[in-house]
Amino acid sequence: MKRITVTVNGVAHEKNVEERELLVYFLRDALGLTGTNVGCDTSSCGACTIHLDGESVKSCTLLAVQADGAEVTTIEGLANGSMHPMQTAFQQHHGLQCGYCTPGMVMAAVSFLNENPSPSDDEIRHGLEGNLCRCTGYHNIVKAVAAVAAGEVS
Amino acid sequence: MATTERPAPSIGQRKLRKEDPELLTGSSRYVDDITVPGMLWAVMVRSPFAHATIGGIDTSAAESAEGVFAVHTAATLELGALVMAWPINDECKAPPHNPLTSDKARYVGDPVAVVVADTKEHAIDAAEMVVVDWQPLPAVTDIKKALEPGAPIIHDDLGTNDAGSWIMSRDSPAPVRNPSGPYFDDPELVKIKEEYYLARLIPNAMEPRGVVVDVNASMGEYTVFSSTQIPHILRTTLAITCGVPEAKLRVVAPDVGGGFGSKLEAYPEDAICLGLAKLHGRPIKWTEERSEGYVATLHGREMYQQIELAATKDGVLKAVRVKLWASMGAHMRIITPGIPMLGAWLYQGCYDVEGYDFEYTNVFTNNTFTDAYRGAGRPEATYAIERAMDALARTLDMDPVALRRKNFIATERFPNYTIASGLTIDSANYHGTLDKCLEMLDYEGFRADQVANRASGDTKVIGVGFSTWLEMCGIAPSRVLAALKYIAGGWDAATVEFMPTGTVRVLTGVSPHGQGEVTTFAQIVADQLGVDFEDVEVLHGDTQVVPLGLDTYGSRGLSVGGVALFKAGEKVLAKARTIAAHELECSEDDLEFAGGNFTVKGTDKSANIKALGFSAWSAHNLPDGMEPGLTATALYDPPNFSWPNGAHACVVEVDTETGAVKILRFVAVDDCGVRINPNIIEGQLHGGIAQGIAEALYEEATYDEEGNLQQGTMTTYMVPGAPELPTFELGHTVTPSPTNPLGVKGVGEAGTIAAPPAVINAIVDALSHLGVTNVERPATPERVWSAIQGAKR
Repeated sequence: MKRITVTVNGVAHEKNVEERELLVYFLRDALGLTGTNVGCDTSSCGACTIHLDGESVKSCTLLAVQADGAEVTTIEGLANGSMHPMQTAFQQHHGLQCGYCTPGMVMAAVSFLNENPSPSDDEIRHGLEGNLCRCTGYHNIVKAVAAVAAGEVS
Repeated sequence: MATTERPAPSIGQRKLRKEDPELLTGSSRYVDDITVPGMLWAVMVRSPFAHATIGGIDTSAAESAEGVFAVHTAATLELGALVMAWPINDECKAPPHNPLTSDKARYVGDPVAVVVADTKEHAIDAAEMVVVDWQPLPAVTDIKKALEPGAPIIHDDLGTNDAGSWIMSRDSPAPVRNPSGPYFDDPELVKIKEEYYLARLIPNAMEPRGVVVDVNASMGEYTVFSSTQIPHILRTTLAITCGVPEAKLRVVAPDVGGGFGSKLEAYPEDAICLGLAKLHGRPIKWTEERSEGYVATLHGREMYQQIELAATKDGVLKAVRVKLWASMGAHMRIITPGIPMLGAWLYQGCYDVEGYDFEYTNVFTNNTFTDAYRGAGRPEATYAIERAMDALARTLDMDPVALRRKNFIATERFPNYTIASGLTIDSANYHGTLDKCLEMLDYEGFRADQVANRASGDTKVIGVGFSTWLEMCGIAPSRVLAALKYIAGGWDAATVEFMPTGTVRVLTGVSPHGQGEVTTFAQIVADQLGVDFEDVEVLHGDTQVVPLGLDTYGSRGLSVGGVALFKAGEKVLAKARTIAAHELECSEDDLEFAGGNFTVKGTDKSANIKALGFSAWSAHNLPDGMEPGLTATALYDPPNFSWPNGAHACVVEVDTETGAVKILRFVAVDDCGVRINPNIIEGQLHGGIAQGIAEALYEEATYDEEGNLQQGTMTTYMVPGAPELPTFELGHTVTPSPTNPLGVKGVGEAGTIAAPPAVINAIVDALSHLGVTNVERPATPERVWSAIQGAKR
């Protein structure tokens, strides 16, 4: 066990964690933040994407101990109770169906636009290539991200 | 609460989904999010061999491992066999499939023991300590090899891997118009014979499966939270397998992260967890690892197809003859043997033929069981006929579009035209749908571009492929199911209830998991009852809240469940009318209903339906003998399937030097009857087409000689990401179904049914000048390149 301090959605936590525990399970099991989903065991699907110090990462690729001292934002903390423009855009453009990939997809999309605020549709597609969705065929996800980039969502 | 203004009509509007805020903010609740006090974790011990007898199982080391509560094998966890609900005929072979195998493993992943521990980690660690005395046997995973003499036998008692055939001329309740034989004997007709292999597919719903069983020991009650499409069916099958009375068994499908058929199943793990909870009186949880799911969750498709067409020299299609050999995998799961039959009547496509024959043979192999995967039977049929139509067009030197047009069932035949295979199509306008597709595509412009492209000598060539498809969905008329030897019915149920505050509570027996019925059903109710969309709440997916239902599969949510809902609404309106006449002291005939108000004709006297709902609830002043409450339940058994159709066109660029395929355009014009919410229809089509493209270009599960799955994780099985898929160009026509009062048809599987042949036809078209006539799917660069090289030789 190792003691870590991590700030999640603005709240500081000090916890003992097993060295082998992945960050995603720390968030889900220790902190009860179950909005971050687990879709695979090979870091392929991106369902568990969160922000670590402002950048998107797949939280299954990190050990919880690696988040020691870091600032983490999960889907629950993206807009703190209301809707971030990206979340609004996903609803307006029907960019989700079953919703399982959605938290990770939204977190990845927000991070992507931070890096590239005015992307082409093709750049959006490549920017989200690490996040899989089985329901939407990505068409409406691309539209939602483009709408946020174009400032069409508040 | 009562409003006097008429709410805007909801049907046809792009209403934003009521489901979304929770899903978008992380407030969703999937099975893996559920924790119950005192809960134990179950982890399965699975066979690493595709085929191996079990000499013995030593669980002692695992039992004494840290945190372990119990270890069970089939000998110590008494369960009945899993339910198989579709014994297609008397020759269908379906040996009992027990949740834990005891004699031998028949596929990699076959569960042989289960470890129960205080944490998942302890259970995983202990599972590795279970020692099984495996005695490996030769395995067979190929359909054709499994039928050869001397092949390893999967079920020893049968002495064969041939699980039985279904022959339309013998087994179908609907007679074919004419046998196909005379047409194929006619020397004046042109005949072609095509053979295709459809790869094995892994459904890949984004949420892995999981189950949590909660126990109320004092009442003998169990709540099963399962990542399932079919809570009602699962309740019945678990009652049979686990010996728990249905009244004591509550099955809940909470938020479910996609299904595509993979969660339409009676799985070993659900039964094992309920059995453990029953035996130990403790809550049990099991969740699937993705890699585990690749061998433990059902696979789709995998069949060899042989399709023959007979046509006149000028391109009039006269007869279709089809034979299939389908992989069952190692077991018959809930509807495995009937999946190919779901396409049986559709191998003639939307073409008006005279002669028809169809048969298929089911084959056991040493792989994960197959079962329903999005489209189930109908993508297979559409692929065969739409590929074969292109082959016929090449043989006759006709334009593939002209050939299709020449053979479409004429619009004047509808409504309710009985096709050669014996079923009756409700309605369609195949020409109208194709016209729109060609217009959006600019077909003539494309052909001109293609000529120019070829003349330029560019090593990247372009092609277009069509799929003018139909399907039968909205499963299903119960009498038809009975005639096909399916054990259950195909009805569904709904309840509409006015609450005292004026909101409307809707219970639906279908179990959406992404399809958006919480929204579309509220639109239907809002319009029918004249209430606000926001005032309608749709509940589903919990057998204790919605006792009646037959769940979500086969594009039935709207065309069966939605129609049940409309019927319940009609009953509510009839009762409300009686109360209104009583309150307004008039005859029921004197009342007009609009916008939620019953108005006495020619007066301004009216009663709003919400106020009538309160009157019915308070029961202070009801007509003599009337029961209190403004609520009604309807069970609806559809008199026919619904028959959506469409015209899809795919434009590809093929790099002749590398075999790489790029989709340049995908144009899809679909007709699903009356459209309730265009956003949701388009979303279903996008996702369906994406899965269809994936099937054509990317996805395939293969096995090595020993029966090991070669795509064991998501890193090696190619689920496409955003860069692999195009923007979709959608159009629609609206041909209402005459079968139901809403005029609706299904749309959930349409894209997956339609897309694959359009993609492959486009690749073959692009390479036709090089002599290529076929590319097996998925059309990987290697296969495309090989097809080009093969044509050169």
